Amino acid sequence: MAQWEKIKQDFPIFHSEKNRNLTYLDSAATSQKPKKVIDAVTYFYENYYSNVHRGIYSLSEIATDMYEKARENVSSFIGSASPEQVVFLRNTTEALNLLSYTLGRDLVAGDEVLISIMEHHSNIVPWQFLEERGIKVSYTDITEEGKLDMEDFSRKLTPRTRIVSMTQVSNLLGTINPVRVMGKMAHDNGSIFIVDGAQSVPHMKVDVRDIGCDFLAFSGHKMLGPSGIGVLYGKQEMLEEMHPFLGGGEMIRTVSTSGSTWNDVPLKFEAGTPNMEGAIGLSAAVDYLDEIGMDQVRDHEMDLIHYTLKLEEEYNIDDLVSYGPRNPDARGGVYSFNMGEIPPMDMDSQFRDNGMVIGSSVHPHDVSSSLDEADVAVRSGHHCAMPLNHRLGVVATSRASYYIYNTRNDVEKLFDQLEKIRKVYDHGR
Amino acid sequence: MDDEEQMEFIMEHYRHPHNSGVVENPTDEITEYNPVCGDAVKVSMLIKDNRVQDIRFVGRGCSISQASASILTDEARGKNIEELKKITEKEHLDSIGIKLGPSREKCALLSFNALKKILVKYGGE
Repeated sequence: MAQWEKIKQDFPIFHSEKNRNLTYLDSAATSQKPKKVIDAVTYFYENYYSNVHRGIYSLSEIATDMYEKARENVSSFIGSASPEQVVFLRNTTEALNLLSYTLGRDLVAGDEVLISIMEHHSNIVPWQFLEERGIKVSYTDITEEGKLDMEDFSRKLTPRTRIVSMTQVSNLLGTINPVRVMGKMAHDNGSIFIVDGAQSVPHMKVDVRDIGCDFLAFSGHKMLGPSGIGVLYGKQEMLEEMHPFLGGGEMIRTVSTSGSTWNDVPLKFEAGTPNMEGAIGLSAAVDYLDEIGMDQVRDHEMDLIHYTLKLEEEYNIDDLVSYGPRNPDARGGVYSFNMGEIPPMDMDSQFRDNGMVIGSSVHPHDVSSSLDEADVAVRSGHHCAMPLNHRLGVVATSRASYYIYNTRNDVEKLFDQLEKIRKVYDHGR
Repeated sequence: MDDEEQMEFIMEHYRHPHNSGVVENPTDEITEYNPVCGDAVKVSMLIKDNRVQDIRFVGRGCSISQASASILTDEARGKNIEELKKITEKEHLDSIGIKLGPSREKCALLSFNALKKILVKYGGE
């Protein structure tokens, strides 16, 4: 495991005096940045910063070249047939909003969009926008184990289902969904198939042609890249047929008072000056991940989650419950848990018990505050997946999520601290 | 008090809250709710002769939100309404005694905001 200790050294944030003891377990929210990514962004700023696709001078031509090289690099990272199928956007959220806005134009009242109960809000809310036009959003349920209920999926895939949009990995349960199978089922049904890759692309080999998806959305900041850069991959012919999303510079071919025509794909979807340094930083992140190897990354995280579930059993902390599949093969490096479950608040029935409900539960906020005192950073809350929290019957969870700079030591530190918290909250009760 | 003692003070309020329950025939009662974390506190208060005759709370949430309500209701009990109106957000946070980040401050202020809303309605402002 020495390899991963060495990899941690590539991340300057862990060098600073105040972060020396930091155990960062919130990579599902956003990842830390290796020196190579920081350097790539700085290099661009210091040597070639200028606007792309515009200037007829060499600085701008080099900047354009760097930006387009970044596109090629990202394209081959996800197995896309051509760089033109890679649209640079802000993040997964923007990509999914783009799809809801553009694909949604062709939908009529009575049409359906099929998602799942384990989606992030960014793969729920944009589709809910369509409901005001009479379009129905259906939610595939999960099994008790926290896997997608494929029978329910099959049942809810109807002749009116025009779009199926699914996460490849749940940001709360860690569940890895069988996107290839679902894609086939969606296509056999005549539906468009979209994959939310925000939690998969950073952590495992994702090949768009292998999955056979029509679209894939993911974010740079969760995969060692800068924030504010994200990607929408799409099938060429679909991108070409789609209406633009944002209007402005760059996305047009001609503009006159009688109307406008659009630029070619992908620039048609890149209105305004793009996040050039973001794309260049993301490209450096892709190089860095390629050097390690995505299969290695996946194996490492599988080892960490395997070790997590093992320690969970060994420590056997009172009332600790966790969510998601127990098999590390079926699960990404995400561990959501509660120290005693607190039911979700329902404003009508919340005080039926008319009193304090503490029991032996420790609220997720208290868990993360206490862990923070020991320099362990985890996230607590609904993780932008309120419907899933509700489905699980909890108000919130705490979540530890892993990446390449984490080691088994971090997992041990987490459980040592959880055991201490249990004692503090039990004391004097 | 040092931090550890102060934390124990909070934990004591959390485990054994003061003034828990609901006031019968209250002057007013208000529930404050934080949809982000699901913490909720309902404060009910009976005002008589311009004083807090009785004040109680029920709630559900983290140690800070519940201990804060316990401390605040202790503070408010028996107080003159004019005095009570003068308590500032900062004074209430100081009475909690531990340093809170911005997200935890929201937890601590749930009961405070409920109380202030009751006072505003009572004062007809």
